[in-house]
Amino acid sequence: MFLQHFADGILSGAIVSLGAIGLSFTMKILRFANFSHSELLTWGAYTALVFLSFASSFGGVFDQNIGPFTFGLPLLFSMVFACVATSAIALFLHKYVFERLSRMAGHMTMVFASFGVALILRHLVVLVWGSDPIYYSNELQFAVLLPGNVRVLPDQVFLLGVTIVTVVCLHLFMTRTRTGIAMRGVSESPDLARISGVNVGAIINWVWIIGASAAALGGVLYGMTVQLRPELGFSLILPLFAAAILGGAGSLYGAVIGGLVVGLSENLSVMIIPTTYKPAVPFLLILAILFFKPEGLFGERSK
Amino acid sequence: MIGLVSYLVFFLILSLTFGVAVLGLNLQWGYTGLFNAGVAGFVGIGAYTMAILTGPARDAVFGGFELPFFVGLIGAMAASGLAALVVGLVTLRLKGEYLAVSTFGIAVSIQLVALNWEYLTGGTLGLIGIPNPTKDWVTGSLAQNALFLLIVLTVTGLTFWALERIVKSPWGRILKAIREDEVAATSLGKNPARIRLESFALGCMIMGLSGALYVSFIGYVSPWDFLPILTFQIWTMLIVGGSANNRGAVLGALIVWGVWTTSGFAISRVIPAEIQAQGGAMQAILIGLILVVTLLIRPRGLIGEELNVSRHAKS
Repeated sequence: MFLQHFADGILSGAIVSLGAIGLSFTMKILRFANFSHSELLTWGAYTALVFLSFASSFGGVFDQNIGPFTFGLPLLFSMVFACVATSAIALFLHKYVFERLSRMAGHMTMVFASFGVALILRHLVVLVWGSDPIYYSNELQFAVLLPGNVRVLPDQVFLLGVTIVTVVCLHLFMTRTRTGIAMRGVSESPDLARISGVNVGAIINWVWIIGASAAALGGVLYGMTVQLRPELGFSLILPLFAAAILGGAGSLYGAVIGGLVVGLSENLSVMIIPTTYKPAVPFLLILAILFFKPEGLFGERSK
Repeated sequence: MIGLVSYLVFFLILSLTFGVAVLGLNLQWGYTGLFNAGVAGFVGIGAYTMAILTGPARDAVFGGFELPFFVGLIGAMAASGLAALVVGLVTLRLKGEYLAVSTFGIAVSIQLVALNWEYLTGGTLGLIGIPNPTKDWVTGSLAQNALFLLIVLTVTGLTFWALERIVKSPWGRILKAIREDEVAATSLGKNPARIRLESFALGCMIMGLSGALYVSFIGYVSPWDFLPILTFQIWTMLIVGGSANNRGAVLGALIVWGVWTTSGFAISRVIPAEIQAQGGAMQAILIGLILVVTLLIRPRGLIGEELNVSRHAKS
């Protein structure tokens, strides 16, 4: 059973990692804890649904599944669409709510505002799509038996693949492109970056686009392997914060490793505590990290 | 006419009950700058304590001591305060948003315990048959509610009066000093860690009191009454009314609860019964909008903090 829980932990951890990347960046670069970030996962999942039903209506090549997966080309296009749509939402919120507040009020005001924004985003999903669970596909899929009596679905292998590709792309972006390097500079010190000629406003927009796109991917993958519900993102708030705090705010690798640790500890915990208490595990992790290593594994101690 | 009066009584009971919790939050955030995002959890502890202390005995569930109402109120405050001390010792080292994340987690954990520890809380079914003290004294639902409103008014009034005294006392001035500049407060020989803990525990006791009033009025308690949305509602009440002002806290509770109930009423009239879930969503969106719009156009709330100027200073 240990190996099965381990595999499940890696899979759910991958989704948490994708969500935590954006949260970690906003905590470091925009300097506030965004309680509405997890709603971007929900919006990613549901906007993909819109495009999916649109693309599926074309039929033909769009109707065929790829290999052993339960989805075809439309879902791949939907993922791109979800990233664009979710980024647009994030940029809108930044321009009309968070940026305004950061200019006229303290950063705690931004945290309150994120409460309100989370409430609005989550219930808009209920308003538009209803509160019943939805699935991208109704096809049944058979699990593949791996050595060690571990069962995984082909879709879950795809989930892991997408996560790895995303993280590698982000790594290359942060280390090889001017925008990525400038982003790291802004994260170190916005003022120094500004006098070095970096357009800080544009970089902050990129932070939102990257964070929202990673969240959208996480949401679609969650919808694909579990289901779509309006509380999808909300139920991930604590895991996301646990991953971001564990990894250290502003660290890409920290967020990814933090996500995996959170996923693993949630899934392995069921071997020792009742399953019903599983949602409290990320919270206990947060307390432990803040108590013993408040700067996180990869973060720097704030001065 | 009598319908309107009895509805007004009902509305005032609930909004003032929430107002008590907002007063507790105001002590923590408004005066001390502690970001408690787990309000629902501490209100819940008070509510469950009240239910266990005053409720009827039942099989297979702990409690049912059938104690008097006022013992229940005091017990609820004690339980929430005790929980706050434990929580505070672990988390109050944390600043700002980290405290918010941890207290949010505490509320989630408290709700999990309420859902799953059936021996103590009755699990998903909750605890029913919590006595309303006014039923022993008068008959007729309007008279009972009017009497209960009197109790709630007294409790709110006493809480308000006590908090006004407290924040104007030397201890209250230290709270503001810590909120504004902790280093300066420390250099004056104050112990911020200890005072933060005291303020946090006192605020949570008041939240527990609010939860206790709530269950004895409603008559039952279930885990679904203390979802995170309750925390957001109470925060919105404080922000709308104006933090660091006790009159603002009560005003915010009346306004936000008024908007919540009237919008709920209007929506239930307009939309068909089969999409009532969407109606609830509209109410929540409205609360979210009120919070965000207030922060954008009037961040200090309707009546915010009054400036504290020495009476010797000339304006």
